[in-house]
Amino acid sequence: MTPLEYEFLRKLLKERSGLDLSSDKQYLVESRLIPLARRAGLADLAELVQKIKSGAEAVTSDVVEAMTTNETFFFRDKIPFDHLRQTILPALVQARAHRRSLRIWCAASSTGQEPYSIAMYVKEFAALAGWRVEIVATDLSNEVLEKSKAGIYSQFEVQRGLPIQMLVRYFTQIGELWQLNPDIRAMVTHRQLNLLEDFSHIGTFDVIFCRNVLIYFDQETKTGVFERLARSIEPDGVVALGAAESVVGITDAFKPCPDRRGIYRPNADRSARGGAAPLMPHSFRVVAAR
Amino acid sequence: MRTCLVVDDSSVIRKVARRILEGLDFQIVEAEDGEKALEVCRRGLPDAILLDWNMPVMDGYEFLGNLRRMPGGDQPKVVFCTTENDVAHIARALHAGANEYIMKPFDKDIVTAKFQEVGLI
Repeated sequence: MTPLEYEFLRKLLKERSGLDLSSDKQYLVESRLIPLARRAGLADLAELVQKIKSGAEAVTSDVVEAMTTNETFFFRDKIPFDHLRQTILPALVQARAHRRSLRIWCAASSTGQEPYSIAMYVKEFAALAGWRVEIVATDLSNEVLEKSKAGIYSQFEVQRGLPIQMLVRYFTQIGELWQLNPDIRAMVTHRQLNLLEDFSHIGTFDVIFCRNVLIYFDQETKTGVFERLARSIEPDGVVALGAAESVVGITDAFKPCPDRRGIYRPNADRSARGGAAPLMPHSFRVVAAR
Repeated sequence: MRTCLVVDDSSVIRKVARRILEGLDFQIVEAEDGEKALEVCRRGLPDAILLDWNMPVMDGYEFLGNLRRMPGGDQPKVVFCTTENDVAHIARALHAGANEYIMKPFDKDIVTAKFQEVGLI
């Protein structure tokens, strides 16, 4: 791959997915895109770049999908899920008692382990019995969303982070694979969504999990995503970020919750100054039956 | 340092498990069947037991029952590690007092996740 071809692909990926590749990641691009080029009947990356330049949208989408990192597992990092069960859900049960509904968004949900981890905890949270709880899973990649919808995981995947009791309780064995039971799958709705674009159409949420995706973005892109997240979260809602992610030095739209690592709240001071746009009208919200 | 008893009739599996668990700061004791594992436990209970199911002399399921009936035998965290990968076996193991269950083949990530799950890491 020539330096010019690498620069072209870098720019394309930045524009389409926010992925901020440093100048020394040629090996990563080559290892992921050479197999894709061959599957598309192209000789090498030079031909792939030419194909993209000619306006072949399907190949371009495949390139963007191939370069996204979909590493995930059930109850990843554990701590944010402990917070969810021990403090976030109990607080929301009180705060939303009047409407008995919750909206939870998993941004960049990949193959579904995160939204389904939340769904299992919601299912086990007795105080939410009879509530309408919508868990929205979004990702840039249609391919991972399709896997997520199916809810089928390998033996290896169900052994990373998922307690064995939950495997027995919520999954059905299909040969060497394991499928989440229909009641858990029905708690999660899937949508294709690019975090770089406006996402006000999906409404506002009580909880947003946006974990391990911002690390791939540059500072400016992160700031933009945080601004949009600030418009998508209820004033008393919470945002969970990945263990290696923070708002510090990037935005004042959120501030960390004391003693709850990785959990952030909208900055009320900033909202009062008019920093954040108005919340979506309540009537815009779509809440599905649990 | 925490101790882990690795019970498996395969010396290769014991070696692989030892390497992974020593990397997680466990001191390892090995046994090649359930009866020898019980002898180890009578001398002193480990913090954790990584337990195969199918073994000669005494299998893992019978060993678990004997362990849980011993004085203090409810203390060690028992993680099955077996090729018996069906729900019926898993449910049976949990009912008998297993804390976690690894379906072979396994790797370091899986062992780490399971030992985190039982609170030993």
